[in-house]
Amino acid sequence: MLLNNYQTEDFFDEMFTEGGHGVRPHYQRVADRLQHLDSGEHRRKQTAVDLAFMRSGVTFTVYNDDQGTERIFPFDLVPRVIPDTEWQRIEKGLIQRITALNLFLHDIYHDQKILKDRIIPPHYILGAKHFRREFMGFNVPKDIYVHVCGTDLIRDRDGNYLVLEDNLRCPSGASYMLENRAALKRAFPDLYRNARVQPVDNYAADLRKVLQYISPPSLGSAQPNVVLMTPGVFNSAYFEHAFLARQMGIPIVEGRDLLVRDARVYMRTTSGLVPVDVIYRRIDDDFLDPTVFRPDSLLGVPGLVHAYRSGNVSLANSIGTGVADDKVVYYFVPKIIKYYLGEEAILPNVDTYLASESQDRGFILENLAKLVVKSANEAGGYGMLMGPWASKEEIESFREQIQANPRNFIAQHPISLSRHPTWCNTETGGAFEGRHVDLRPYILYGEKITVTPGGLTRVALRKGSLVVNSSQGGGSKDTWVLHGDS
Amino acid sequence: MLSRVANSLYWMSRYIERSENVARLLDVNLQLMLDFADFDDDKLEKHWLPILCSAGNEKTFFQLYEKADSESVTEFLTFREENPNSIISCLFSARENARQVRDQISLEMFETLNECYLFLKSSNAREVWQTGAHEFYEQIKRYSHLFQGLTGSTFTRNEGYEFINLGKFLERADKTSRILDLKYHILLPSVADVGGAVDAAQWQAILRSASALEAYRRFHVEDILPKKVAEFLIFSTTFPRSIRACMQHLDEDLHRLSGKERREYKSPEERAFGKLLSDMNFMTIEEILDTGLHQFLELIQTTLDQLDDHIYREYMHHPPVDNQAEILLHQQQMQQQQ
Repeated sequence: MLLNNYQTEDFFDEMFTEGGHGVRPHYQRVADRLQHLDSGEHRRKQTAVDLAFMRSGVTFTVYNDDQGTERIFPFDLVPRVIPDTEWQRIEKGLIQRITALNLFLHDIYHDQKILKDRIIPPHYILGAKHFRREFMGFNVPKDIYVHVCGTDLIRDRDGNYLVLEDNLRCPSGASYMLENRAALKRAFPDLYRNARVQPVDNYAADLRKVLQYISPPSLGSAQPNVVLMTPGVFNSAYFEHAFLARQMGIPIVEGRDLLVRDARVYMRTTSGLVPVDVIYRRIDDDFLDPTVFRPDSLLGVPGLVHAYRSGNVSLANSIGTGVADDKVVYYFVPKIIKYYLGEEAILPNVDTYLASESQDRGFILENLAKLVVKSANEAGGYGMLMGPWASKEEIESFREQIQANPRNFIAQHPISLSRHPTWCNTETGGAFEGRHVDLRPYILYGEKITVTPGGLTRVALRKGSLVVNSSQGGGSKDTWVLHGDS
Repeated sequence: MLSRVANSLYWMSRYIERSENVARLLDVNLQLMLDFADFDDDKLEKHWLPILCSAGNEKTFFQLYEKADSESVTEFLTFREENPNSIISCLFSARENARQVRDQISLEMFETLNECYLFLKSSNAREVWQTGAHEFYEQIKRYSHLFQGLTGSTFTRNEGYEFINLGKFLERADKTSRILDLKYHILLPSVADVGGAVDAAQWQAILRSASALEAYRRFHVEDILPKKVAEFLIFSTTFPRSIRACMQHLDEDLHRLSGKERREYKSPEERAFGKLLSDMNFMTIEEILDTGLHQFLELIQTTLDQLDDHIYREYMHHPPVDNQAEILLHQQQMQQQQ
């Protein structure tokens, strides 16, 4: 009923086939349920879910606000559904990608063969903002660099999955994946029961296993002390940090709780100093240790890097992984996959131009009003130019920035992201309208690589907007991977 | 357990207990005022000032208000965030402490506190208060009871539990002593009123402020006598808000934490506390009244203050790290290695 006036317009729609005439088979159950939903019932369910999120504090903190306002991440009740066959390809592609990126990280911190073989011009890596020269030749436990990865996927006008970016430092959002699932089960128990959805609940247990697996070898078979390190309660992702620590049953610590003595990390407890073996750190390299990185940072622990180098404590993710989520390096990932695995990338990149290549730069500068320009090391939707929607001043400002520092910019054609029926409050009440979505699956790399079936679907709630980041007014959806294809 | 966590659990618990006590104190005295409708400004001030002193911070009060009357004092002790002991400040602080240790407490505990926080942050809270202060204070007490009940039924009996209990019982013992002490400060209209209707109403208010009226009646089945009230609130071994009952709990929790045998104490502060508790086992109310009830209650408050200080230094405090010195130390060590 509520879907009767739904328009797919000129976009790839996740739920409806072209023109909005038919429902894709894996959405049939959802469609049937929505047919029996009236706006009153929808409103009641939405209110219940929002209240539950607010009450249990599933919130993020909005910066630049004295009140420290906490907001819920808007949650849309209609799940995004992915059939099993499609998922298997995504999973394969993600495993391929993280395997290659891990080999790449190992290589550039050791022999740098890929640079010597001129697959990637060396200055891109050696001059990268997050390249940690100090860790050349350092062996990370079990040779794993990236233990937790969130790779952002989008679908183009033809429904092809493309990789938009890899988040290899401290990717966030896994807690929302888990909370969204819990909320959806409460809102639509019947639908969920019948839909045969693959569970996501193992995420925290899998993460804990990864962390235990990488404990320092000197520990032998003893049970490692694992902790989660947060910048503190004012960090926008603090909810997630506390949530994951609770689910894993490990302490959450701040820098001020830790102390390094004789290259060993300790936490300050009621019964004195207790050694720490593994740190799941949700704090960027720059803030980890004021001795080595930013001396003005009070978030970190003096001596932590020394303890890490001495092999007495393991970090997830390892130090220096940021070089691989530099957007300039992103450009080379298909080549990286080819170089280390001898395979074509299963999940292709979005076509990308590098501002530091003179030919590309010329093209970018000529076509700024048509392109999306991104800074190499920004996240959260910051440092971006959306050419077609930008003002003249913004375009000129980016032109100057690109000319001053071409290394820091890439450009892409705007992708017409796929859309998904999403409840939108309109002047006449509310209706389902198409809104653009992306997908962030979570990949864990320990004894084996696991990809949690599903992930976080983010949705741009503003009409026409392509920006899905929570800090820019995005919302989210539960993501279902079915056991079958319908 | 992390020292920071112990500290947060302790204060979370103290603040909740404190908010409940302030709510009860205000509720009872607002109702008491209904019986004294003829009070002029001077009498009103003499009534409310001691309450302000026992629960608040009178200096801040007089920066914000001109005179102490029912409305200004209750507003100050309920809603003013400038007052760190107002109900709203206590509960915001309790919730902030709970947020710091979200991974340690149960979801139910956090949700209750968070609901309370959201209620107090909403405009609805003031409306409820204005249309019926009693309903409002009932609601505050219910949050506290719910939280404490949930703590009992969902929190693992580990070290953290001891810190929660220490916070609760220390605050409760202190507040009961302050409530009892109020009678020393609240003046009667005239000397002739001693033992009269006003005096009785005030003693009854003291009992109700400590949630002890019915327990007292059941125990004594006689008139409300000042001496008996003081005896009950100080010495009762069965009433859970009496000073001795709280101190007994504290004693057990302290021993569980320190791992010491009964009657062995870890520090001068614990010993002073143990001595006071032991003295109370042999004292009579007459002895206390002879040397001065107020002085005795002050001794209790000082002893508890020192105990609080000891708990902090023993379990929660690590000498702050000198970051500059740490940086230098580790840089030197790394240079030696290279």
